[in-house]
Amino acid sequence: MTSPPRRLDLDAVLDTRRIVVCCGSGGVGKTTTAAALALRAAERGRRVVVVTIDPARRLAQSMGLTELDNTPRRVGEAGAEGGELHAMMLDMKRTFDEIVVAHADPARAEQILTNEFYVSLSSSLAGTQEYMAMEKLGQLHASGDWDLIVVDTPPTRSALDFLDAPQRLTGFLDGRFVKLLLAPAKAGGRAYLKVMNVGFAAFAGVLSRVAGAGLLSDLREFFTAFESLFGGFRERAQTTYDLLKDADTAFVVVAAPDPAALREASYFIERLSAEDMPLAGVVINRVHRSAAPHLTAERSIAAAEVLDERGGHTTAAGVLRLHADRVALSSRERAVITAFTSGQPAVPVAEIEAMASDVHDLAGLRRVGEELATRPAA
Amino acid sequence: MSFFPGVRLHVVSGKGGTGKTTVAAALAVALSRSGRKVLLVEVEARQGLAPLFGHPPLPYEETRLARTHGGGEVYGLSVDPELALIEYLEMFYKLGRAGRLLRRMGAIDFVTTVAPGLRDVLLTGKVKESVIRRAGNRPVYDAVVLDAPPTGRIVRFLGATDEVGHLAKVGPIAKQSEAVMALLRSPQTAIHLVTLLEEMPVQETVDGVADLRAAGLPFGAVVINKIREPQLGKADLSRARRGRLDLDSITSALSAVGLDTDPGAIKVLADEAREHAERVALQLTERLELEALDVPLLELPQLTGSVDLGTLHQLADVLVPE
Repeated sequence: MTSPPRRLDLDAVLDTRRIVVCCGSGGVGKTTTAAALALRAAERGRRVVVVTIDPARRLAQSMGLTELDNTPRRVGEAGAEGGELHAMMLDMKRTFDEIVVAHADPARAEQILTNEFYVSLSSSLAGTQEYMAMEKLGQLHASGDWDLIVVDTPPTRSALDFLDAPQRLTGFLDGRFVKLLLAPAKAGGRAYLKVMNVGFAAFAGVLSRVAGAGLLSDLREFFTAFESLFGGFRERAQTTYDLLKDADTAFVVVAAPDPAALREASYFIERLSAEDMPLAGVVINRVHRSAAPHLTAERSIAAAEVLDERGGHTTAAGVLRLHADRVALSSRERAVITAFTSGQPAVPVAEIEAMASDVHDLAGLRRVGEELATRPAA
Repeated sequence: MSFFPGVRLHVVSGKGGTGKTTVAAALAVALSRSGRKVLLVEVEARQGLAPLFGHPPLPYEETRLARTHGGGEVYGLSVDPELALIEYLEMFYKLGRAGRLLRRMGAIDFVTTVAPGLRDVLLTGKVKESVIRRAGNRPVYDAVVLDAPPTGRIVRFLGATDEVGHLAKVGPIAKQSEAVMALLRSPQTAIHLVTLLEEMPVQETVDGVADLRAAGLPFGAVVINKIREPQLGKADLSRARRGRLDLDSITSALSAVGLDTDPGAIKVLADEAREHAERVALQLTERLELEALDVPLLELPQLTGSVDLGTLHQLADVLVPE
């Protein structure tokens, strides 16, 4: 026998932490979970903002989010005992633009914002979404306006890219590639002569052959204008990284009770632990249960078959077959969850029961939050 | 073979959790029967394909995953953007040493992780190469099936090449971009979206179809996955939903076959029936939304247990009946 998994005490997390990051693979209900946790914290008296990325339309509407405008908006009737819930949808491009405007002089900012390379970079750069989510988190935290910030992460396999994104970006910006690109702009200086020695001509030749000279000059202009911002980027990336490691932060990994989603959850747990990030636990969403598990699938099906033979009992037979399906599904899920928790015995777990329809109003979110915080472990 | 005749590149996308990888694999199996050679490609380094065929993780190399009847073969490839870039540079520019120089300078990192959409350009470029590759006077693969990024990213993924082509304007990258877009927009390509009959996946599918149409990309079919037949007749569903099932007759039927008939147990059964009926009603609404799209709808049943080659064949039978 394996011992039962530790129960994830979410109320303790919501009452004491300053930042909660929800991560997990796509399609597991991460956004709904983030919203439900934020609402619950607000109703326990905290001033909360939830940052979501691309929420389902009706869920967004239920929180009064009608546009991507990067500004936290108060969710009307939510909150109690002085608590408030605010929500915002992350607009990557706008966040990027704001950084440029805030950290460059007006002429330079204008030059950057109109550069074609920047326009493309700021909306489609690999990892931008992750990076900007963290940038926004840093800003919200620095504002001091919030007791708790709940962040939803992008639904990609590499949802943990945000851990790497700051370092990757700064590592790259410090790299020789950018230095080389910038070198001609400082032509005449010693730096230029020096890189010439390590084969810049060959390098530039290759690049313009592959990319076309136009792209190269756009790139060069962009990095020249951007150079003044590099220091700030590095510094803030480091600050945010430290913030994530802080004991006031909690990571919640969201999963569904199927082997693929739980495999991804294990991957997330290992990554977080390798980075020394504070994991609060795992939320397993959409778990099926039956309130009458003692009536087994086998007995239900056998009884339905007998009723079919006797004839005249289609309703009762149908209801029994439904029950059999439900019990069978529930025990398959239980087996998968048990395998997962045996592999991760130290990780606290909470479950949310599957519902007949999607959650798209505050009452639904409230129910989810309540279930998360209070349902006894199975 | 009547599955989208003339199409050689099948792009399979769908919201996370809908089973798009399984559907892509089943489609590859279906297309490979009757002696065809099919390449199944993944681009997100998830290694999701290999386990479905009971195969160890795929290298960046076309590897046979299965032989199917009639002499068919399914090959698998997990595209790694960095290796794809080096391969690309070597193929087009014979960059032995210069390629290594680029790598040392961090340019490869730049292209594969930082630059706008270049990563997606490399991935789609590799897919295009495998579609057009020929041995003698015929294509190496009769069909290529791409397990693509999820619906929310698909247009950007497929259109990345256009974006970069626009930035590059002239030169080899621009030319390559045009060739990739020409294939993706041609009748040789079909983009399929996998969904469940649930609200969020259907909403994403509806949005995805509109986005693909707006981008001028050729749509294939919507695949409705994991369909479960209702266990109750129409009249019972309607009664169950309104909480009007005849509990007395259920109780007497159960007691006649010797089952527990305490009111608590009967109520649980009625509640479960009500939830089921609600879900069936919701599925009907979602199906109407999909029908309104006016695109081919394919349906796959819910299978229990884990997926293996046998299950893929079962699904393949439904997708492309032999």
